[in-house]
Amino acid sequence: MPNTSIMTFNILSILPVLILAGFGMMVLVVDVLSSRKMGEKNFLAYLSLIGVVIAAFLSKNFTGTTLFSFYGAYTIDNYSLFFQFVFLLCAGLTILISKNYVQRENINYGEYYTLILFSTIGMILMASGADLLNIFIGLEIMSISIYILVGMKRTRLTSNEASLKYFLLGAFSTGFLLYGIALVYGATGTISLRQIAVFIAGKGGVLDPLLLAGMGLIIVGIGFKIASAPFHAWVPDVYEGAPTAITAFMAVGPKAAGFAAFLRIFFIAFGQVHQDWEKIIWILAVLTMTTGNIIALIQTNIKRMLAYSSIAHAGYLLIALVAANNMSVSAILFYLLAYLFMNIGAFAIVIVISQKEDSFLKISDFSGLAYKHPRLAIAMTLFLLSMAGIPPTAGFVGKFYIFSSAIKSGYVLLAIIGVINSVIAVFYYLRVTVAMYMRGPEREFQPLTLSPFIFVAIIISIIGTIQLGIFPAKVLEIAQRSILLLR
Amino acid sequence: MLNLVALILLFPLIGSAMNGLFGRRLRKESIGYIACGAIGLSFFISVLVFIGLLLLPPEERIFEKHLFSWIQSGSFNAAVGFQVDPLSSLMILIVTGVGFLIHIYSMGYMHDDKGYHRYFSYLNLFTFSMLLLVLSNNFLLMFVGWEAVGLCSYLLIGFWFEKKSASDAAKKAFVVNRVGDFGFALGIMLIFLTFHSIDFTEVFNAASHGEFAIGNITITLITLLLFMGAAGKSAQIPLYTWLPDAMEGPTPVSALIHAATMVTAGVYMIARCNVLYMLSPFTMTVVASIGATTALFAASIGLMQNDIKRVLAYSTISQLGYMFLACGVGAFTAGIFHLMTHAFFKALLFLGSGSVIHALSGEQDMRKMGGLKNHIPITYKTFLIGTVAIAGIPPFAGFFSKDEILLEAFVRGNVIYWSIGAFAAFLTAFYMFRLLFMTFHGESRVDPHVKEHLHESPRNMTIPLIILAGLSIIGGFWGLPGASALNHFLSPVFGGHGHNEMHGVEAGAHHGIGLPSLMMVVSTLIAIGGIWLAYQMYVKKQELPKKLAERFALPYRILYNKYYVDEIYDAIFVNPVKKISVQLWKKVDAMMIDGSVNGVARFVTGTSNIFRFLQTGYVRNYAFYIVVGCIFILILTTWLNK
Repeated sequence: MPNTSIMTFNILSILPVLILAGFGMMVLVVDVLSSRKMGEKNFLAYLSLIGVVIAAFLSKNFTGTTLFSFYGAYTIDNYSLFFQFVFLLCAGLTILISKNYVQRENINYGEYYTLILFSTIGMILMASGADLLNIFIGLEIMSISIYILVGMKRTRLTSNEASLKYFLLGAFSTGFLLYGIALVYGATGTISLRQIAVFIAGKGGVLDPLLLAGMGLIIVGIGFKIASAPFHAWVPDVYEGAPTAITAFMAVGPKAAGFAAFLRIFFIAFGQVHQDWEKIIWILAVLTMTTGNIIALIQTNIKRMLAYSSIAHAGYLLIALVAANNMSVSAILFYLLAYLFMNIGAFAIVIVISQKEDSFLKISDFSGLAYKHPRLAIAMTLFLLSMAGIPPTAGFVGKFYIFSSAIKSGYVLLAIIGVINSVIAVFYYLRVTVAMYMRGPEREFQPLTLSPFIFVAIIISIIGTIQLGIFPAKVLEIAQRSILLLR
Repeated sequence: MLNLVALILLFPLIGSAMNGLFGRRLRKESIGYIACGAIGLSFFISVLVFIGLLLLPPEERIFEKHLFSWIQSGSFNAAVGFQVDPLSSLMILIVTGVGFLIHIYSMGYMHDDKGYHRYFSYLNLFTFSMLLLVLSNNFLLMFVGWEAVGLCSYLLIGFWFEKKSASDAAKKAFVVNRVGDFGFALGIMLIFLTFHSIDFTEVFNAASHGEFAIGNITITLITLLLFMGAAGKSAQIPLYTWLPDAMEGPTPVSALIHAATMVTAGVYMIARCNVLYMLSPFTMTVVASIGATTALFAASIGLMQNDIKRVLAYSTISQLGYMFLACGVGAFTAGIFHLMTHAFFKALLFLGSGSVIHALSGEQDMRKMGGLKNHIPITYKTFLIGTVAIAGIPPFAGFFSKDEILLEAFVRGNVIYWSIGAFAAFLTAFYMFRLLFMTFHGESRVDPHVKEHLHESPRNMTIPLIILAGLSIIGGFWGLPGASALNHFLSPVFGGHGHNEMHGVEAGAHHGIGLPSLMMVVSTLIAIGGIWLAYQMYVKKQELPKKLAERFALPYRILYNKYYVDEIYDAIFVNPVKKISVQLWKKVDAMMIDGSVNGVARFVTGTSNIFRFLQTGYVRNYAFYIVVGCIFILILTTWLNK
């Protein structure tokens, strides 16, 4: 692997980001210039999809290289490239499930796609940020875009409410994060993750209170983004109110980006003082999993249920963070990819099943689906089983590696709590399956209007879920190669 | 050619997916062609693989195809890989060959069923799973196949799930099999703990290189646990009760799954693990005793059954007992030989009975049959061949394999094994000819209304019968004593033991040269004796059975009611569990769960009320939680850092 860690201002290193930005603005301009009616502007989706695909190809070219550009603020390594791939895939799938959805919901604005692309840029910056400020800027680009996306359905109150809530709380938690960064800078005199590590090593691995407080506040700030308890309260309200396609997007993208930053900060900058943060994350992990799963049990709205389930998944991912060995990084990477497929797949089915104005979102609305649309029911079952962690699906392998990494580092109790939680989770996932297969329909199902776009998204999700479940080795190998230079 | 092995599995999987996903829109012909074509191709490749294996010199006849690692963690490696060796190549030929014929037969038999595509999708899936089971090169993948065939068996027994008896039978099969599978799973875990591997080659190499003394307690435990799995899947005492009920499924399913292939998986597994079993004389004794007992026990129940398929079901259990007897005395080749010939003639008999049932518009009670031989001549002739084969008349297939088992039981085991086996053989000949005479001979007792519709089955049903009949005639020659091609072929798998060329020498030394020949004569006489008795009772003096039943009322009732085993199991296991469940329902459910939907539910509502209280929807509250969390973390950091 060529190791070219040259400190330069290398503009080419952010070529994928530039492409996304360019296409984002192009979509805006073309939208304004076009005289077609809103519902007929198919080209918006095409254009943004092309942007994502080009960006993906460009970022693929970097595979194997390691470079620091912008004077060490921006890193390209296999780790960030893996995340870039996850984000671009997430954006691509979201555009695919959005196209007909936004036309149905009358929100086919140019900025819808532009903001998806912009928030993807933010995520990429977060995963590539080699210093705290860059990570923070990435986080803000991502968050602000998503605040708007959540409120995109301007005429619906719940959407507005969700957007405002997310914005207020997001701004609030950003304060914590920024304050934490400031404290860390104050204590160490640097914002570079590597320099912070050097500083801590110089002190013999002992943190002074200022640095400790900074670290704690960073946990709060990022914990909010990944929806860790007790910073999760916004999740169900916002996920429910947001347009469903955006819910799918924000359940995966920001969470993955949050973990990308979380891992980089805590493994590189605070890697040597593992004992200072592992207990905190331990408690957060248990709290997050348990809260997510227990409250998910009593949900009747599928979007809220999936919201709590996404909280629980963040809890599983935190387990691997606590373990903090090489295996846990690859486990997190693998799990996030698996989660991407099963989550977007499940939301895609929700979009297909629901009707205009996001109606029919109760779990009971899925009753009898198997009789009317058996293949949709099979696909939904697959995604739910994967989320529950039943072999041979992606979710099983992901959980297997997460729990193994915990056991490898000696966190047996944590792994046991994780397994118990997965068992609890099976109940509410299967409840939907039971409704689909064992109850009669409680409503008239409309004839399916499965557009080729969402169809492709569902097929990709199915293939991903099955492939990662049956042939995990290849992806896992890539994930394992993506951790080498992290520590 | 050996590299093609993965294709053998691929075709049935594709066939199953196509019929499962798109079958509803396809025409019936297309569904049938897809399913049969998939198995046909699979059979073709199996033949190629088999030839490829034969072209290798005997000592190199083991081919491993590693596809990919499923999960790897530390020393635990769950690989997906196939192993082609004489044993598995023989099994894939049986599974795809007999399976292909049964698929074709099904096109005729299931023609008017509304679940046509579902049926073929399941049947292809079953074939895939069975191939996975026999081709896997490690215990975990074998277990996956093992569970998958169990699932398909469940789906196909309960294929007509609108019928309560069918869905009950499916449940029973599933639950009883879980008991065995539990043992199998524990056995695999113990294997991993002991050998640090679940790969066949590694485990068997380690076991055969003298690390473990004969009679080693761990090995004994492993083999007993594995046998528990085998006993469940292969319907041996005490886990046999599900198989007779499994006859609720469509008849071709009974032929394929519950006679020819799936139920023999236990025998295959023990033969595959022969290295382990040879290390534990105790387990071998258990296997042989249970095998012999089951052979006799099931045969005796078969005497009194009136449902044509149930007679065949008990006969299957009994024949599986023979195979286990053979394995238990170390004669693995004989066990596998009988597995093969049994697949031919038992598939033939089941398909034949299906043809009878088809002709009689669904009638299965032999008391309402009789005199059918002129109405359905092809079915009759092929059925006769199958009956003669199972009864053990030379030179039909069943004779050679059963004779070999009896010989081995005598030489390697003891006189008790032999006499039990021989007596069961006598009973087999008797009840099979009873079945033949009651169904095809004598006066017709067929309902006049049904009689109008009597017809021979269509060609796609009779041709498989004819082919299987041919195989039942010639299938035995491969294992002819003395010039046994099968022995030589399988010897790489079974090594020194299970190699029954040895016994010829041994037997010659100990019992005189004439023992095998003497045995053959004795076996033949026993079979003829059984047939003669059946002829006397059911053709010549038809009042005799009734008289005997009155004379020996108690034994008759016991046999007729299948030793009341189902009732005993109900009394010992099912009812207590039910009672406990009812108690649980009344006490725990009513008090704890209802009291818990009032109690836990009060708790859950309580908690959910707390959560509802927490989930106010007010931003200020949410912000408050963040602050609380933040303070908590800050306190924790300083506290931990002290």
